[in-house]
Amino acid sequence: MREYLQNTWLGIYTVLVGMKVTFKHLFTPSVTIQYPEVKVPLPERVRNRLYVNMDDCIGCDQCSRACPVSCIEIETVKSLPTEDLGLTSNGKKKALWVTKFDIDIAKCCFCQLCVFPCPTDCIYMTNVYEYSEFERDNLIYKFATLTSEEAVEKKANLEKFNAEKEAQKAAAAKAKEEQKPADKE
Amino acid sequence: MMKTEHMVLNMGPQHPSTHGVLRLELEIEGELVRKVTPHLGYLHRCFEKHCEAMQYNQVVPYTDRLDYLAAIGNNFGYAIAVERLMGIQVPERVEYIRIIMAELQRIASHLVALGSFGADIGALTPFLYLFRDREHILSIIEDTCGARMLYNYIWIGGLSHDIHPDFVRKTKEFVNYFKPTIVELDNLLSYNKIFIERTANIGILPVDTAINFGASGPTLRGSGIKFDLRREDPYSIYDRFDFEIPVGKGLQGTIGDCWDRYYVRVREMEQSLRIIEQAIDHIPEGDVQSAIPKRIKPPKGTVYARVENPRGELGYFIISDGSVNPFRVKVRAPSFVNLEVLGELCKGYLVADIIVILGSIDIVLGEVDR
Amino acid sequence: MYQYFYELTNSTILSTIFVAVFPLVNVLLVALLGVYLERKVSARIQDRIGPNRVGPFGLFQTVADFIKMMQKEDAVSNEIDSRLYNIAPVLVFTGSFAAYAAIPFSSKLIGSEVEIGLFYILAISSIVVGGILMAGWASNNKYSLLGAMRSVAQIISYEIPTAIVVLSIVMLTGTLSLDIISQQQTAYFWNWNIFGGAEFEIAKFLLIPFMVIGFLIIFISTLAEVNRTPFDIPEAESELVAGYFTEYCGMKWAMFMLSEYGNMFAVSAIVSILFFGGYQSPFGYLGNSIGLEWLIPFEQAFWFLFKGWIFILIQMWLRWTLPRLRVDQLMSLCWKYLIPYAILNLIVIGIISLI
Repeated sequence: MREYLQNTWLGIYTVLVGMKVTFKHLFTPSVTIQYPEVKVPLPERVRNRLYVNMDDCIGCDQCSRACPVSCIEIETVKSLPTEDLGLTSNGKKKALWVTKFDIDIAKCCFCQLCVFPCPTDCIYMTNVYEYSEFERDNLIYKFATLTSEEAVEKKANLEKFNAEKEAQKAAAAKAKEEQKPADKE
Repeated sequence: MMKTEHMVLNMGPQHPSTHGVLRLELEIEGELVRKVTPHLGYLHRCFEKHCEAMQYNQVVPYTDRLDYLAAIGNNFGYAIAVERLMGIQVPERVEYIRIIMAELQRIASHLVALGSFGADIGALTPFLYLFRDREHILSIIEDTCGARMLYNYIWIGGLSHDIHPDFVRKTKEFVNYFKPTIVELDNLLSYNKIFIERTANIGILPVDTAINFGASGPTLRGSGIKFDLRREDPYSIYDRFDFEIPVGKGLQGTIGDCWDRYYVRVREMEQSLRIIEQAIDHIPEGDVQSAIPKRIKPPKGTVYARVENPRGELGYFIISDGSVNPFRVKVRAPSFVNLEVLGELCKGYLVADIIVILGSIDIVLGEVDR
Repeated sequence: MYQYFYELTNSTILSTIFVAVFPLVNVLLVALLGVYLERKVSARIQDRIGPNRVGPFGLFQTVADFIKMMQKEDAVSNEIDSRLYNIAPVLVFTGSFAAYAAIPFSSKLIGSEVEIGLFYILAISSIVVGGILMAGWASNNKYSLLGAMRSVAQIISYEIPTAIVVLSIVMLTGTLSLDIISQQQTAYFWNWNIFGGAEFEIAKFLLIPFMVIGFLIIFISTLAEVNRTPFDIPEAESELVAGYFTEYCGMKWAMFMLSEYGNMFAVSAIVSILFFGGYQSPFGYLGNSIGLEWLIPFEQAFWFLFKGWIFILIQMWLRWTLPRLRVDQLMSLCWKYLIPYAILNLIVIGIISLI
């Protein structure tokens, strides 16, 4: 009997206490914002879409090796000793033509493991988060600044240079060989 | 004599109340449930096999995605395991910050658990209040490491970033803001008569069943057993802090019912606040990245390290063969082991109670399926 | 109401049309505003904003929803029982709409002045039970049937405390007609039934606590009749079933919703008439003090709508505070708690009214 009356009293009392809590919340201002017009200010260290500053990239491949999901693809071509690719922003001399630098942003897991190994800090995460596309292929970002003809040209140059070097080496070796029997004689 | 057979009801993978993609096959007789069989595997992503192809430090973002609601705990466990294998001693500053982050994450994870528990029962308002509080925690962590949910913050040998200059101030503000919120939650939900009617004396987990099945975390502590890894097997510097371990006492029903597990979670949030208060003013100076090795190549051997995740005991068993890739990483996920208890708990209750019991065990399918 | 408009316009057709259309317009307005207010109130309680883009302050949100529902494809399965399936929403709507015939909106705006108004209302709102059973059966869906049976059990059980409390009021006031009950609670708010009724004697003060108990009981029971939380097992995305209207889509589902909001207003109206003075103003009439006699019915209509909407807002407030009760707990609440208290209440009020 006592439990019965206690149940009744508790039922009414706790409901009223709960109602008081929700009533107070009727008058607190709302915590939501009107999204497309007002956006939440993002902190400075936020990790959203990747960006690569190709002027600084030396083609070292560290970011591609650090990525756990293999979303960065880099192909480089060695430059000829006569060509001057310029300096990076912290004074290093660039030695490789970067012919392909693709980041598949759809695969990126935003872990930031590629940012830390970069020696020139050219790859970093921006605060852009509204970059949806209609076609999936548009999500493969190509950062390389060389066009494909230029890339082919660089490669051809390199092959020609290597071939010349080989030919020179072969000629020098042959000359040495011819000299040797001449010395012997 | 009539031959009766039990009806098989399928609470399919897509359901608003199962916390993820879990399929429950119920054998019911009228309204009473006779047997529950969970079917898993809908979220299996081959985490353990994947680890064998990654280097040790590349595994850390993958561990985030196991229990995605309490990601810092997962990172913590893995980092401790590899550090033990390699014999690295991290600086004091790193230890303090790791503990503060882990306790903040514990509060955030319990907020989700309590909010969705209330929402399953029908009280939709506490769900929104608790998520609003979780936003504060997530923005504190976002200031420091840049991400809100999958942090990749606790690295092997240190942390990825040093804390933001505003971290201490914002955490203290949060601690002061959060204490009245727990009181408000108590008023609105915990002692509400209807909530007590729905959760007390439901899903009683006896002590020996809990121990035999290997339950851990609030599921175990709700049955009255005072077992917390932060006391029993202290890792990091937990032995320097003073906090209590809440256990279920059967205040509104029997010991080990759903209300007790809920109550343990609410009180654990208070104890986490206590730990944060003790730690926040005493963070020593130092460099958080000084102990991070250049190349992580542990010696040959095995290690098992366990941490107290908000859902239970998370364990990592790592076999290393001396190369840069681990040979085997095995995860002992707390939700996977706790889910087994569901079969024992559900016998003889109504169908409407199954949801309540599942919500009180608090599983995350990312861990269960890995 | 018919007499009044007949005198005003002197044409049978116009008055009949007006008498029929007026409650329908009220139900539609209640449904429109009800859905909008529900979303706004729930949003404010949860620290959000609610709909605010469609129209000023989001007022046309329900219109947009309504247009969306009208243009939906009426997808039905082949296995249903089509006659029952089509009649069910009509019955449910009729049950809640027909109650408006006996509810006085003001001293001149009464659908029909029957002397057994209360009895008629309790009887006609039970037609809803038949409609729900038809909806559950005709859907040819195991879970709809289960949901319908539960809903029916809920509605029939909670009619009993309602009837007992109504009986206690009838004992006090001595009449079944809602119009006369409202007229008895004239002048100021201390003459309302919740404060003991209009006669100023010792019985009035003795009655007050029991009137409050009666009000609580009838409020809870009518909350269960309209399937609102904490008693909304039939319509919540509850554990397994979506209730008896799982298989309905488009306009037919809109009829169920309309009937729910219409029912909400009807029961709020009944509770306010029985306990809070119906259309009587708490402070005396402006028309009387200024001297414009024709203003009084409008004032009364205003007060009536005001009181009805306050109770609807309280029902919404309760919905967003409390969790849901399980079916067997619902039934035990009714039979083990509400009915004994209601009967005790009835006996005590009966004794006091003899004094």
